[in-house]
Amino acid sequence: MEGRDRYLGEIPAWCPGCGNFSILNAFTAALAAEGIEPGRFCIVSGIGQAGKFPHYVKCNTFNGLHGRAIPVATGIKLANHELLVVAVGGDGDMYGEGGNHLLHAMRRNIGVKVFVHDNQIYGLTKGQASPTSMEGMVTKNQPFGVLSEQLNPMAMAVALDCGFVARGYAGDREHLTALIRSAFYHDGFSLVDILQPCVSLNKVNTWEWYGNRVYRIGEDYDPRDRVRAFEKALEWGDRIPIGVIYRNDRPSFEKRVPVISGGPLVDGSGRWHELKERLSGSLREFY
Amino acid sequence: MDYTIKIGGEAGQGIQTVGDALAKVLSRLGYHVFTSQDYESRIRGGHNFYQIRVSDRPIRAPRRPVDILMAFDRASVTLHQGELTEQGIIVYDPLQLKESFSGPQYLDVPFVKLATDTGAKEIVANTVATGAILGMLGFPIDPLFDIIAGLLKRKDDETREQNRRAATAGYEYAAKNCGRCAFTLRPPGAPKMLMGGNDAIGLGALAADCRFYSAYPMTPSTGIMLFLSARAKEYGIIVEQAEDEIAAINMALGASFAGVRSMTGTSGGGFALMTEGLSLAAMTETPIVIALAQRPGPATGLPTKTEQADLLFALNAGHGEFPRVIFAPGDPGQAVSLTAKAFDLSQKYQIPVFVMTDQYLADTQWTMDGLSLEYLPMRDWRADAGQVDGAGEYRRHAFTSTGVSPLAVPGKTRHVVVTDSDEHGEAGHIIEDGETRKQMVEKRLFLKMNNIRKEISPPLFLGPAQPETVLVSWGSTYGVVRETVEGMPEKKMAMLHFSEVFPLPGIEAFDYLEVLRRAKRTISVEMNATGQFARLLRDETGYSVTDMILRYDGRPFLVEELMEGL
Repeated sequence: MEGRDRYLGEIPAWCPGCGNFSILNAFTAALAAEGIEPGRFCIVSGIGQAGKFPHYVKCNTFNGLHGRAIPVATGIKLANHELLVVAVGGDGDMYGEGGNHLLHAMRRNIGVKVFVHDNQIYGLTKGQASPTSMEGMVTKNQPFGVLSEQLNPMAMAVALDCGFVARGYAGDREHLTALIRSAFYHDGFSLVDILQPCVSLNKVNTWEWYGNRVYRIGEDYDPRDRVRAFEKALEWGDRIPIGVIYRNDRPSFEKRVPVISGGPLVDGSGRWHELKERLSGSLREFY
Repeated sequence: MDYTIKIGGEAGQGIQTVGDALAKVLSRLGYHVFTSQDYESRIRGGHNFYQIRVSDRPIRAPRRPVDILMAFDRASVTLHQGELTEQGIIVYDPLQLKESFSGPQYLDVPFVKLATDTGAKEIVANTVATGAILGMLGFPIDPLFDIIAGLLKRKDDETREQNRRAATAGYEYAAKNCGRCAFTLRPPGAPKMLMGGNDAIGLGALAADCRFYSAYPMTPSTGIMLFLSARAKEYGIIVEQAEDEIAAINMALGASFAGVRSMTGTSGGGFALMTEGLSLAAMTETPIVIALAQRPGPATGLPTKTEQADLLFALNAGHGEFPRVIFAPGDPGQAVSLTAKAFDLSQKYQIPVFVMTDQYLADTQWTMDGLSLEYLPMRDWRADAGQVDGAGEYRRHAFTSTGVSPLAVPGKTRHVVVTDSDEHGEAGHIIEDGETRKQMVEKRLFLKMNNIRKEISPPLFLGPAQPETVLVSWGSTYGVVRETVEGMPEKKMAMLHFSEVFPLPGIEAFDYLEVLRRAKRTISVEMNATGQFARLLRDETGYSVTDMILRYDGRPFLVEELMEGL
């Protein structure tokens, strides 16, 4: 697609055939379609194969620690809510190590767009179970199969009244691009879980496995019906829905912080003269 | 003139309200005041006390002898009557204690009855008690009326009037019935500021243009967050209560990366969770100020007591090798200026800077004649957006002769700002080659540290020029050590107080090591079990102190105790 070249970053170090490539392409296609300048958005990531994502896009980048992308992104969004702030991570990063932050970001409804590269396995550390690995899956580290129940991030997000809950699939790029654009537009926290095969390490959830199950949610579906959305979120197995599962109009956190109603926090900093006057007033409180 | 008033009672009885009101009255009158608190980790019950020392001379620490003991519970009498001076008085309400004491040292004041006689509720007994203490001491009551008006500004006129009458009733009753009261009052000076350690850190943060504070509540650091929350709107600060300390430090780093001065605050256990983020700040060269208010550990320890046992933890926290600065103010005045300096150095060198206190400093209040804003740094070390835009490219971690790369604000330049927790090249992208790695370590650590050392002020030296004994201290023991040194002039004793603790000050401006070497005895006075500062001094300079006076029962040194130890 035209215009995508300007987002060209470093050369990806992912395995050939990895689902991450099509997520990257869908992401830059969405940026190009929206005409967002590289300097006007910021991607925060953690650690894992998905954590490398921002290096492959020309953008403001904070590639931080495993599990900690969301709090960093929250800080960035609060300091400058005019920036588009995206957090990218894998299933281990966002649902395992960073699970607590995800819960509370949904509660805050901070305007951070979270894209989870969900391949149901740990890639960077070579093939251990992730929170979304299916029960019974045997790995080198889970010789008796995965004993814990598979996390359902969509149902969890609906339960927490997350503002925008969607699932995409790396194998349906056109659909994924549209989903990413919708997430950009949503005012508030957005969670997009992106199913993606790990061609090197996950021998269960392959391109073929997903291809046989994934289907687009129909036009007649109303994502504002929370009870219906919960039912939709529970669908997994022979048929796996992709699309916007749930959305609501809760006002974003940044809209409810009175301190920044007049403009971004960063724009007010460094005004020493005004500060001195205010301080003189504060000193009087101590007498 | 040097009197100590101790107010004891159960949690929830309002001893802090009484203490705060009295301290404010005395400082407004122009006296020097020092307040300290001892409380338990509970909201109701137990035994707490609030101690106020008042004098016409500067005072900096609590003393043991008590002149007036105000007892709101029986434990106050049994636990503290031994601390009374010969002419000391225990004032109490027999109805409240359900017991009557006889003896010249007891003064019965019916706090509850005097309160309810005005038509007020029983809780107004506190106001009666506050008035009673002023009456006993013979201070004017008028400043108390102003304080009542301020405290109750959201209440109705009737409540304010009841409290006013209650204060007057207590005042007059005590003045009339206290036969033993013969306090000598010296003329006061000009009205003084009264400030606590946590508020001072908050004020220093305001003065440094801090715009973002994220933390998880933890005693004794919570007061900093409360101070800033109360001023969030006026100063345009976002104060966010994070879901945990890991989120707190990461949020602050995000906000800092996006261009605003940011801070977090916690105590030992919370800081343990932050160490990963500390290391992240170092690798990404993101400025951050961390207020670390110590309490006794390990683990949950004594949550509401005091200790200085996390110095070496702060010094060594975080994986990998990176520069950091540690300040440990000795009083609220130093806490204001060092917090402002912490922000300045943190942004100038793009490093983490600590402001370390402890429960003692956090919860004590000191009087000051005033506070000048003129000496505060108030400089912006972010790169000029025009200059960044004018250049053909921008590299967040560019090599420079000082190790400091231009700090651009993402979204405020046409270039992108890229940083990484992985080792990275100048542009901020991941690298794995040995040569770049080596250069980056040298940039971050050695090049910066050379200049950071030059920013550190010498320790405070007080006493005879050639002392026989030198008391070495750091952080919150400043006041008690100073009173000890000044109180024993015959001992040829001096003090060296370090408030800028790491890196240790150089000896170019003032050769403190020479002072130590020439003294017969050098004693490190610390609130911990192993002498952590003495160890730091030895590690950094090779100098070993000859003795140590250490306290680690969770309680602060009193002036008399330190004197007895010498």
